[in-house]
Amino acid sequence: MTNAESGSPDKEPATTDQAARTTLDNTERAEPTSQQPPERPALGQLFVANLWAANTFTVTLLSLVLAMIVGGILMIVSDPDVLATYSYITARPGDALNASWALVSEAYANLFKGAVLDPDAVGLTAALSPISETLTYTAPLVFTGLSVALAFRGGLFNIGAQGQATMGVIAAGLAGFLLPLPAGLHLLVAVFAGAVGGAVWGFIPGILKARTGAHEVINTIMLNYVAVYFLVWLIVQNGVQDPNRTNAISRPVDASAQLPRLFGDNLRAHAGIILAVLATWAVAWLLNRSTLGFELRAVGSNPAASRTAGISVTRTYVLIMVFAGALAGLGGSQMVLGTTAAALTPLVVAQIGFDGILVALLGRVKPWGVLLAALLFGALQAGGNRMQSYSGVSLELVTVLQALIVIFIAAPALVKAIFQLRAARAARPQTSLAKGW
Amino acid sequence: MSTMAVDDVAVAPVNEGFWTRARKAGLVLTALGLLAVLLFTTLAASEPARFTLSEDAGGAALKINGTVGAALFGVVALAAGVAILAGLPKRWFTLVLGVGLVGFVVSFLCWQVSTAPAGQNFMPLVNIARGTFILALPLIFGSLAGVLCERSGVINVAIEGQLLMGAFSGALFGSLSGNLWVGLVAAAIGGTLISLLLAVFAIRYLVDQVVMGIVLNLLAVGITGFLYERLMQPDPAKYNSAPHFSNWEIPLLSEIPVLGPALFAGNIFLYLGLLLVLVIHIGLFRTRWGLRTRSVGEHPTAADTLGVRVLRLRYRNVLLAGAVAGIGGASYTLALFSFTKNMIGGKGFIALAALIFGRWSPTGALLAALFFGFADQLATYLSAINSAIPSQFLAMLPYLATILAVAGLVGRVRAPAADGKPYIKG
Repeated sequence: MTNAESGSPDKEPATTDQAARTTLDNTERAEPTSQQPPERPALGQLFVANLWAANTFTVTLLSLVLAMIVGGILMIVSDPDVLATYSYITARPGDALNASWALVSEAYANLFKGAVLDPDAVGLTAALSPISETLTYTAPLVFTGLSVALAFRGGLFNIGAQGQATMGVIAAGLAGFLLPLPAGLHLLVAVFAGAVGGAVWGFIPGILKARTGAHEVINTIMLNYVAVYFLVWLIVQNGVQDPNRTNAISRPVDASAQLPRLFGDNLRAHAGIILAVLATWAVAWLLNRSTLGFELRAVGSNPAASRTAGISVTRTYVLIMVFAGALAGLGGSQMVLGTTAAALTPLVVAQIGFDGILVALLGRVKPWGVLLAALLFGALQAGGNRMQSYSGVSLELVTVLQALIVIFIAAPALVKAIFQLRAARAARPQTSLAKGW
Repeated sequence: MSTMAVDDVAVAPVNEGFWTRARKAGLVLTALGLLAVLLFTTLAASEPARFTLSEDAGGAALKINGTVGAALFGVVALAAGVAILAGLPKRWFTLVLGVGLVGFVVSFLCWQVSTAPAGQNFMPLVNIARGTFILALPLIFGSLAGVLCERSGVINVAIEGQLLMGAFSGALFGSLSGNLWVGLVAAAIGGTLISLLLAVFAIRYLVDQVVMGIVLNLLAVGITGFLYERLMQPDPAKYNSAPHFSNWEIPLLSEIPVLGPALFAGNIFLYLGLLLVLVIHIGLFRTRWGLRTRSVGEHPTAADTLGVRVLRLRYRNVLLAGAVAGIGGASYTLALFSFTKNMIGGKGFIALAALIFGRWSPTGALLAALFFGFADQLATYLSAINSAIPSQFLAMLPYLATILAVAGLVGRVRAPAADGKPYIKG
């Protein structure tokens, strides 16, 4: 009963003891006002005190800061011109510091301008452009993040969001250019096909886990690659490959199956982000309000107890993976029905499945947390594009930043030690979800 | 956690009646045999299929008529399958299963080679064998890194990142210094750095090891990709032109037909890889260190009671694993290619598959790596002779084989009991 004994901070509490702790934690996070000690310190004091405690928000923010510091160091050491100024740092330290500051601050300024707001932008379209880009990158990440988070809550680690998104993009793409349907219906069918494609790919590890006990981590990793090779094979088949092209690219999706744009034709933001918000709400409802969600969380905290209580663990495992697969498949479908690409290529899914794992962890495997985390990752991605074209800093830096943020998040004890944070009042156990193969 | 009767999964009680594991395997093999006899034989051309003992069409060759060969070896597979179904004594099981699978593969090859375009209906066995070993090399190093980690109870999903970091730092420092050995040491250190992060976060901060592995892979992709674009792409002559190890032929041994050129005329990484398999195998099963490593991976509390320093041993093994994988990454950049972005491209995950398919043992990992390398090489060969079999399906083979293995179709696969569980003293 390995998953039961690790008092995971991110899973729903199983025991009353943990429940009490989480309640405390929640009230604290909500706002200090809800705490009613006999001698109440001033609200402002309490706020400042909590700000420097190791709570979720502070740790997330400081992780971001740490990651950006490491990213800045990487920029400096990889810039020969700036590095040259360090050879005489003892003689003229100002040079080195100025050059470093100029390099890093300019890059991060471009990151911000590309993701949130460019103060020099003229006109509404230009002003909205960064936000639109951010939302475009955010939408699919919300889905893959929710996929991973949902499975996590049920005690399963879905590393297969990448493969499920791949099957989703295949199904959605095929439905998008093979089916002659009227506008509106066509889009619905294509989106639904994406969900089904992902669900099928999630069903396989689910049923294997339920029937044979085969570990879902291993199987989902393997299925990721099977899906990619299937995609690569499929693209060059007759009827799928674009007849006018010789390289590996499929026919484009019909206009009737494309998600409508939100802010006019010049901006890329599409209706996918609305679907993403709806999906977040749906998953939150499923987890916290539905019978299935209750069973899912129960199985996630303690499968043996759940079985004793009459919950079918096998059925729940299969359902979890089907739902997780469908979510990832929806995310995948946006990669071809949205504005990112209109045709299948070997790299059409990009990294959204693996990024989804990071998003889920950053969002503390809670639906609305996932939405915010995806927004941050989408912003980094959008800003990274501008940073690359304006400052010449490779987009790969964004991958580094994302990975670093999650590393710091995953080890709050480290962040706490670096910044000398006070322990949050409802100190969480440091154990994470470790549970082995 | 066992992947068989996991006690947190409601598995129907394993019915070890008539349908034992062996019989199920026999059933699958029988089906494959039937496939070979019926399909491969019909499709095969009645042309000679030649398996040359050289690198080209010339020289001595094993020759067989395509139809006859496909039928004959198909029957071998079928017979082996039926024998297992009929209830073979346990000690014969592995041997007969092996013979049956080889029969199936050879039957398949007879069909493919005999239907190849005229002038190409031969299979150069030397090329195939050499290619198999070359393609298996990173997998061997990677899966050995996995063995070292996981036998002491730390899941290593970061093999991909360790290989990539090794390849990168090998290329970078190899070209900066112009010295092969500096490159090799740098590669080992590069892999160790990723390992160090894994170790610190998994052992000290108790972060989930699978999570950490995935994140470290992304980190390695990001860092190497970033530095590649900043340093290597603008100035490849300075940063990305590491010298390459040449092949060392071992006299006499390299004269052995087929296997000689593949095994005894390779570069340092081939010898190092095979040597490491042997060393780790002996170390793991014959030395004090090995006994301790295994006990820490199975039952750390018991080991601790007996005075083994669990955490220190885990640190040491994880770091060692990083060095091994780092050298494996250098087998690309210090012998074959110059560094390119994300050049490992999923090999680390095949190495993970090989580790699991090889049941967490060094020799098993070696065999699995060779099998996967062979599948890879076969895919290359088949696309060269314009086979009807899409190479992508052969490329899926390692992954599908692993899924079948984990699902319990191919014998029992069991991870070390404490694999992935952090140890908290107290």
